[in-house]
Amino acid sequence: MNNPATLSVAVASADVINERSGASAGPRGPRPKRRFSRRNIIIYGTLIVVALYYLLPLYVMVVTSLKGMPEIRVGNVFAPPIEITFEPWVKAWAEACTGLNCEGLSRGFWNSVRILIPSVILSIIIASINGYALANWRFKGADVFFTILIFGAFIPYQVMLYPIVILLRELGLYGSLTGLVMVHTIFGMPILTLLFRNYFTSLPQELFKAARVDGAGFWGIYLRIMVPMSLPIFVVAIILQVTGIWNDFLFGVVYTKPDLYPMTVQLNNIVNSVQGVKEYNVNMAATILTGAVPLIVYFISGKLFVRGIAAGAVKG
Amino acid sequence: MASVSVRDLDVTFGHLKVLEKLNLEVEEGEFIVLLGPSGCGKSTLLNSVAGLLDITDGEIWIAGDNVTWKEPKDRHIGMVFQSYALYPRMTVEGNLSFGLKVARVPKDEIKRRIDGAASLLQIESLLKRRPSQLSGGQRQRVAIGRALVRDVNVFLFDEPLSNLDAKLRTELRVELKKLHHKLNSTMIYVTHDQIEALTLADRVAVMHGGVIQQLAPPKEIYRRPVNRFVAGFVGSPAMNFIEGTLVGGKGAPALRLPDGSEVVLAGYDFIDVPGEGRPAVLGVRPEQVELASSEANSGIFRIEVSLVDPMGADSLLWGSVGADTVSVRIGPDDDYKVGETVTGHFFPDHASVFDAATGARL
Repeated sequence: MNNPATLSVAVASADVINERSGASAGPRGPRPKRRFSRRNIIIYGTLIVVALYYLLPLYVMVVTSLKGMPEIRVGNVFAPPIEITFEPWVKAWAEACTGLNCEGLSRGFWNSVRILIPSVILSIIIASINGYALANWRFKGADVFFTILIFGAFIPYQVMLYPIVILLRELGLYGSLTGLVMVHTIFGMPILTLLFRNYFTSLPQELFKAARVDGAGFWGIYLRIMVPMSLPIFVVAIILQVTGIWNDFLFGVVYTKPDLYPMTVQLNNIVNSVQGVKEYNVNMAATILTGAVPLIVYFISGKLFVRGIAAGAVKG
Repeated sequence: MASVSVRDLDVTFGHLKVLEKLNLEVEEGEFIVLLGPSGCGKSTLLNSVAGLLDITDGEIWIAGDNVTWKEPKDRHIGMVFQSYALYPRMTVEGNLSFGLKVARVPKDEIKRRIDGAASLLQIESLLKRRPSQLSGGQRQRVAIGRALVRDVNVFLFDEPLSNLDAKLRTELRVELKKLHHKLNSTMIYVTHDQIEALTLADRVAVMHGGVIQQLAPPKEIYRRPVNRFVAGFVGSPAMNFIEGTLVGGKGAPALRLPDGSEVVLAGYDFIDVPGEGRPAVLGVRPEQVELASSEANSGIFRIEVSLVDPMGADSLLWGSVGADTVSVRIGPDDDYKVGETVTGHFFPDHASVFDAATGARL
């Protein structure tokens, strides 16, 4: 019982009680803040440990990518670089070889951009119109249509992989970026439509009615009333699509040809190449480069993203 | 200005029949109020007239035009909603001009109409603001203005004042009435607030269970309700109902209460001769009963006082007549003791008698 730890806990809890009774007697002056309360220490302690756990791999990657090969061979992955070199980054971007091609990741980057931009724009435009029609224009069979669409979200991609190959071949789009853009657009449809439909359903129906009485039609209401009110959900959709499509590997490797491979596929080919020396620094730099786009998107739009996710819950 | 005619309207949602064979004729320039409890189908009727929902059967005519299958925009209607439904991303001016822009009205004409409506509704100073910067009353003015600028045939109001506080509601109610006098346009107004119905309407349609129970001027609704539902729904505090059986035929009609006493109904204007011993309900409004006036020989009953509620301008006396509870409006200074028995008197020609089984007026 004389354990000093127990004692200090008892004192701490007594402090808490004092604080509470003081408050009930009538607060005076600013509320006392206790930065190092037990609660805070536990919360922040946990947060810091978890953050370190997730940051450590990133740290290793950054550090390794800035080292030269001799330094890496020393073997201490956590040690900061003695001699900082950007050579691996330049090599990853412009010189690394995949197959016969030695242009580095830059080619894959531009391929990914050319896939990403049309896919994101197209899928979001179509899905938002879908969601709007499903939420506000209760056409015959809307429920069946919606059910089928949502069901699509649960079918494993692998089942459809080969049928789509045949489909694209018949359309003459197999191996082209257009084909891949089409695939991304279609596969984004179920979840995005659900997202938009639920958002539009959460908007007051009377706004839609008022606009109809005011004489606006399907497109007028969509463009002038609904879209201006939907910035948060558009941001959510953009983030989902940008990260999803950028990180895609499977569709990229299946539906395109080597010189059109997206960045992720090329990254894999660089990292997994079996000939020659494993250039860890180049691999790390290449990986960071590939992951940079989704990371930047999160950093820029993180706040909007959270707001958009929460937007469905709060009316206003 | 236009007449509205609803003919044999059926509306079903799935298996639920909300409206069945409903007929309503609204004359040019008339102010009709649809009054009823929630779920009675009044909003459904209004939305049908607006064209905002698909009707199952029947026809809707506006200004002599069959608009049953026309889009809302082709019906020349303006609608005001309970939640105001202002476009949140537009200024007040943008809200007012939206419909006109859609209809490609020339710019100077839009400006002229907005200025006209704004001065009529006293919202000139708000034109550059956004809806979120307005109070509830101001928002509803803007919503009315949105219908006003479009020069519509018929105004539809869906509980427009229900979201406002009591004081503002009274203010806007008076303004709406003035507006109607000024514009003289046809208006259909949905509410569950009987005060709004009685003050605003040229005629009130009391609805219940998807059926218009009674369509009549407010005074008639109040004085001669056609059935027990209308009688009980309109009036606050509610009409007193006293159950009994009819005796005495046409010559000396009276209501025999379960305890054997009789309330003489001489002077009551029966629609048809009541059968002897028919179970019936006598309906008397609280303000129609006077206490302690025993000279008359008809319309007399005894009340056992159970409570007196002072309400400021007057008081309300609660008591029992046999098994039924009744309320009587009394002067604010009248003093009665709980448990005391008093005599109530009313003029039978102002009262109502309903069939106990069907609820219809006798």
